[in-house]
Amino acid sequence: MLEKAIQGSRIYWGWVVILLGLIGIGFLFYLTQYFEGLKVTGMSRDVSWGFYIAQLTYLVGVAASGVMVVLPFYLHDYKAFGRITILGEFVAIAAVVMCMLFVVVDLGKPMRGLNIMLYPRPNSILFWDFLVLSTYMLLNLVIGWNVLSSERKGIHYPGWVKPLIYISIPWAFSIHTVTAFLYSGLPGRHYWLTAILAARFLASAFCSGPALLILLCMIVRKFTRFDPGTKQMGTLAIIVTYAMILNVFFFFLEVFTAFYSQIPSHMVHFQFLFAGYEGYGRLVPWMWTAAFFALVSLILLINPTTRKNEGTMMVGCVAVVIATWIDKGLGLLIGGFTPNTFERVTDYWPTLTEFMISVMVWAIGLFVLTILFKVAISVKEEVEGVR
Amino acid sequence: MGIKRRDFLRLAGLSTLIGLAGKTSFKWLAPGQVEASIKEAPLTAGTKWGMVVDMTKMDEHVMDKCIQACHRTHNVPKIENPKHEIKWIWKEAYEHTFPGQHHDYAAEEYEHRDFLLLCNHCTNPPCCRVCPTKATWKREQDGIVMMDQHRCIGCRFCMAACPYGVRSFNWGDPRKADETLNPDFPTNPEYPTRAVGVVEKCNFCAERLAKGQYPACVEAANEIKKGALTFGDLDAPDSEVRELLHEHYTIIRKPELGTGPNIYYIV
Amino acid sequence: MYDGWKILVGLIIGVVLLAYPFWPDTEKWAAKTPEPELTAKAQEAKVCVEPKSYIKTEHMKLLDQWRDSVVREGIRQYESSTGKIYDISLQNTCMECHSNKSKFCDQCHDYAGVDPFCWECHIEPEESM
Repeated sequence: MLEKAIQGSRIYWGWVVILLGLIGIGFLFYLTQYFEGLKVTGMSRDVSWGFYIAQLTYLVGVAASGVMVVLPFYLHDYKAFGRITILGEFVAIAAVVMCMLFVVVDLGKPMRGLNIMLYPRPNSILFWDFLVLSTYMLLNLVIGWNVLSSERKGIHYPGWVKPLIYISIPWAFSIHTVTAFLYSGLPGRHYWLTAILAARFLASAFCSGPALLILLCMIVRKFTRFDPGTKQMGTLAIIVTYAMILNVFFFFLEVFTAFYSQIPSHMVHFQFLFAGYEGYGRLVPWMWTAAFFALVSLILLINPTTRKNEGTMMVGCVAVVIATWIDKGLGLLIGGFTPNTFERVTDYWPTLTEFMISVMVWAIGLFVLTILFKVAISVKEEVEGVR
Repeated sequence: MGIKRRDFLRLAGLSTLIGLAGKTSFKWLAPGQVEASIKEAPLTAGTKWGMVVDMTKMDEHVMDKCIQACHRTHNVPKIENPKHEIKWIWKEAYEHTFPGQHHDYAAEEYEHRDFLLLCNHCTNPPCCRVCPTKATWKREQDGIVMMDQHRCIGCRFCMAACPYGVRSFNWGDPRKADETLNPDFPTNPEYPTRAVGVVEKCNFCAERLAKGQYPACVEAANEIKKGALTFGDLDAPDSEVRELLHEHYTIIRKPELGTGPNIYYIV
Repeated sequence: MYDGWKILVGLIIGVVLLAYPFWPDTEKWAAKTPEPELTAKAQEAKVCVEPKSYIKTEHMKLLDQWRDSVVREGIRQYESSTGKIYDISLQNTCMECHSNKSKFCDQCHDYAGVDPFCWECHIEPEESM
């Protein structure tokens, strides 16, 4: 089936070449980081995790969201999603690839990365994170590939795939819970030391991932002969809506606890993010932009008229992606480390090198996604052409 | 006749996996080599090292000497960019050392004072809990929270986990630090430097303890002001540190977090 | 045979290239075999921590065991097979005798194309050139 990836229109090849170009440019920036060390990034002794790990966190969410398509179809026989489960699974694979790459580019000694496997430490959440992410990627790859090739041959997928599918459903929840556990068990970081962090992560994942999937479906419909389906996108939009409501609600719960208790260590991080702290307020406009887009998304998605209208639904989905990305991709990490444990602020902003390396990883992920989607769509076009 | 391409690929892949798994499991399951030739020698006598910082005897001069002694003994470079600085022991204002303790009417004596900060070698260290490779761990024999620079992958999870901000990361090559700031680097040719991309912190001078010497900061402090820093075995009921703790009121950093820091401050 | 000449020509070029080790005069092109020099101190000591044959093949493993012994187990003394006790330290034991790294260690390492990362942290002894 992989041969489908090397047959394509000029637009397809143009897109692939652009991605490869971005990967190449980003790689040059990565070389500077490899030889100079991580000092080429904006991270510091106080903000020791930054843009890379933030992207990892966001993308684990996107990866987990594959379950929102798989669960209704395989557990509850929602036949309509049969058209797009493969798309959800392939998005998950691309997202996990990006997650793992973001870890690699963030490591101080990436050549020692395999030490995690050579000297396993069940005490460490990072060990489990590595384990569950790799397994999740394999699960989705095996399941997706087998289901797709069976579909191509016009037969039912082999029986041994079924238990894997059933495992992948709780596994998807687990990958993002484990990622949340990276943060929510650290005693000195009060922005993260909250039980609801895992729940908030999952809610944020289940609105951002399906929103991205809807947007991808629209792109697929425009550029290929395969139509994922209006009904499918409509149901996904409902999932996005409820998940976004939960996401915003959980956020307000946190705000209440912090500000009603008036405990400084809880409040300072919100103050830094939304109002500035001791003169440092670089993230303030970003966070309020996120809030604005969150509001826009809720208005557009809750109202059935605007949700059913594809134009406004698309705007709503874009707003969800922007809002959740700022929240997880900027606010979570920087806000967690600022102010530091001494109640001091060290400014952080990604450098150009850091950004370009991130672009490289995003381009690699999009490249994987493009290849996988090309295969899936081509197979589906072929099957539908025959039928 | 002959094997189908798909089956051949399956067979090749499976054989490779089995081969790799076999090789790896052999390495994992092979009996550890009994090194009859590595003889155990007494390292240190203490089983739970701790330190008491007597702030009534401490002053800026003593603290500066401690910092200098430590950093020179361990080839800690001076880094120009404060974001990338490496410090094993340093001075910090009262309100930032004990942010939960500080209030608006703090005693004049402490309001504007610096305290001496270093790794607390906690009894229940969160940094060790999170390390994915056991590159940092609490040594059973003496309670020192140790760093294994050979194994550290530079993930910086320990830095996120430490509530006291005692860990530093080598954002660049320490040997390439500004030469004007580090004219005689390395300051101690008998001790290694670190490489780019690993985390480092105070190691309670484990290499000095092995030779029966006090930690560099303790030695430097006591040369100027006897009793400013006291180092000893918290498990030994008659040790100097236990006596001091018995007689004086001491505070520790962030006690509510349950980490059990072993650096005590007499105020 | 289709494209017969092309295949023959390619085959001949391939065989000639593969026979490189047997080309005449290649000893002149090959790198010089390494000749590590011992310092006066090393020559006086006569034996290394372990016999030369063992050290030559196993010093990498020994150093690995040493570093785990010191850092992870806190054991800083090594009893060699000769019964002598050594302080475990690359910088202060090994390099005390073999202080001419560029004429000793590097000779074989450079030849074999090995770049041990030990020296990223461990300080190389100063050599008088």
